[in-house]
Amino acid sequence: MAKYIGKRIALMLMLLIALTFIVFASLYIAPGDPAQMVAGPSATEEDIARIRSVLGLDKPFLVQYGLYLSRLLHFDLGTSYSTHQPIAKEIAIRLPNTLNLAVASILLSIVVGIPAGIVAALRKDRLTDNVLTTASLAGISIPNFWLGTMLIYLFSVKLRWLPSGGMSAPFWTSQGVRQIVLPAVALSTATIASFTRIGRSSMLEVLQSDYIRTAKSKGLSGWIVIMVHALRNVLIPLVTQFGTSFGSLLGGAIITEQVFVVNGIGTYLINAINTRNYPVVQSTVLIIAAMFILINLGVDILYSVIDPRIRYD
Amino acid sequence: MEKILEVKDLVTTFRIAKREYPVLRGISFDIHRRETVCMVGESGCGKSVTALSIMDLLPVNAHVASGSIVLDGQELTTLSHRARNALRGEKAGMIFQEPMTALNPLLTIGYQLTEGLRYHKRLDSKTARELAVQYLKKVGVANPVERLKQFPFQLSGGLRQRIMIALVMSLQPSLIIADEPTTALDVTIQKQVLALLNALKKDMDAGILFITHDLGVVAEIADRVVVLYSGMKVEEGPVEAIIGAPRHPYTQGLLHAVPNVDAEDFVIQAIPGTLPHVTEEIRGCRFHPRCPYATERCRQETPVEIEFVPGHRVACWNVKESAR
Repeated sequence: MAKYIGKRIALMLMLLIALTFIVFASLYIAPGDPAQMVAGPSATEEDIARIRSVLGLDKPFLVQYGLYLSRLLHFDLGTSYSTHQPIAKEIAIRLPNTLNLAVASILLSIVVGIPAGIVAALRKDRLTDNVLTTASLAGISIPNFWLGTMLIYLFSVKLRWLPSGGMSAPFWTSQGVRQIVLPAVALSTATIASFTRIGRSSMLEVLQSDYIRTAKSKGLSGWIVIMVHALRNVLIPLVTQFGTSFGSLLGGAIITEQVFVVNGIGTYLINAINTRNYPVVQSTVLIIAAMFILINLGVDILYSVIDPRIRYD
Repeated sequence: MEKILEVKDLVTTFRIAKREYPVLRGISFDIHRRETVCMVGESGCGKSVTALSIMDLLPVNAHVASGSIVLDGQELTTLSHRARNALRGEKAGMIFQEPMTALNPLLTIGYQLTEGLRYHKRLDSKTARELAVQYLKKVGVANPVERLKQFPFQLSGGLRQRIMIALVMSLQPSLIIADEPTTALDVTIQKQVLALLNALKKDMDAGILFITHDLGVVAEIADRVVVLYSGMKVEEGPVEAIIGAPRHPYTQGLLHAVPNVDAEDFVIQAIPGTLPHVTEEIRGCRFHPRCPYATERCRQETPVEIEFVPGHRVACWNVKESAR
């Protein structure tokens, strides 16, 4: 098992290095002279040349990449064109909000989606199953920005139960919880729906399997057959889905943050794109991609915990 | 000998496209303590459905429509699914055809072997493990203590089937149903597993219902044989009689279909035609379209079973006439 995890971590590190290279190269070939951008419109040729040498922009590409890597190791992501603040600091302020939203959404997806899928499978072709299957189809089809707007209209404007946006309070306070409910529901609906569908089909498949029949032939209670013999097998395809879902949650968060006016890295990224703030765009992409890679490492480890066939490979 | 299982006029139907079709059309047979009854017939004749009806493990679209199943003096067909679940494992255990898939891939052998003991016999896990090791030794598994920590994918098919046998035996059921337990194994392993089952029969108190389509296996393991055709019992008798002097044309056909590699002219004599589909209604004897001896009566009336020598029963109009 240690060998397997070691291999996964080595693979992850290689991916991360490849990622930094792609991000750096795209920054390098992006239009516009960074020195000029930093210096501002009133700077003289001399100022720009000085800044260029200070930033190391006059050095060869690979040397610059090396410098970029060493700055990354010191958590230096460069400076924002618009605010002239360190990007790392700006991201550090915003990332917790995004993570807050993503984690709340993934928890909601697990807690609601998986049980719903299992219940649908156990009640196959009955009313409960039909309701859940139809609801999950709707859930996958509804765009999250539309759902978010509708939720705000209903629960904030009409019923006045929950705030329409913001994420000012920490998540452990009641105000923080109230603030996260609507964006988390809007963001997780599609993931809940896909967990339900995959959970249902996975459960149906597992229930047909020989080892479930064996478990039943032992006369174990139905609860043990489901919880001990079926559930772990059901989780395998769901874990796969978890990795992909987390990626789409991060993507979805970018839009959901806009709808709910959350000061997260999604909003940060959108603003940076609108103002052609390249270092910010690239650093944010780097962070999001790195998170995605980390999650997938987690997924790989989770696999080996669930499935001994992977563990002993 | 004490009767362990008494199946009477068992009718099991499957719902296909909103209609009920009988897959078992009134099957009766008994199994006594310490007796091995082989049930033979082509694929689709209802062997496995009989087993699953007894175990109450039928697929959701199937159910026992009528008839009775008495196990250890207790009528099963009137019991709820919950009550029957409680009897499974402890009263009747089942060994399945596919050892490669019959064990849960994510749980250790030790867990799967001991959970029944812990659940039914209320043993603590230490005692259950000791008992599991004992049974693994009984079925000839080397290094039983190590095996408990392993997962099914680390073991061969033959070993997994031995573990299935140990699992079923450890709960000491009155009835063991073995549904083609050797079919998925290669021939040498098949021999070993059969030899093991034969050896175990002696120190078990159970009756065994052994389902197979392999007549070689029947000759090796059976005390009595029940021959099924298209959901009907066509012949039943002691193994010597069924193998040596079968009376029903279908049983005779089955025996002719066994290849004799020693013979000069090595030809397999297949029974012409195929098994009728369950949805197909046939007037008279269900075998008559394939029977070389079919008469007008066979086409009109369903044959009535007769016991023409004690213990040897057959359902065929022609046999009745020749025997009396």
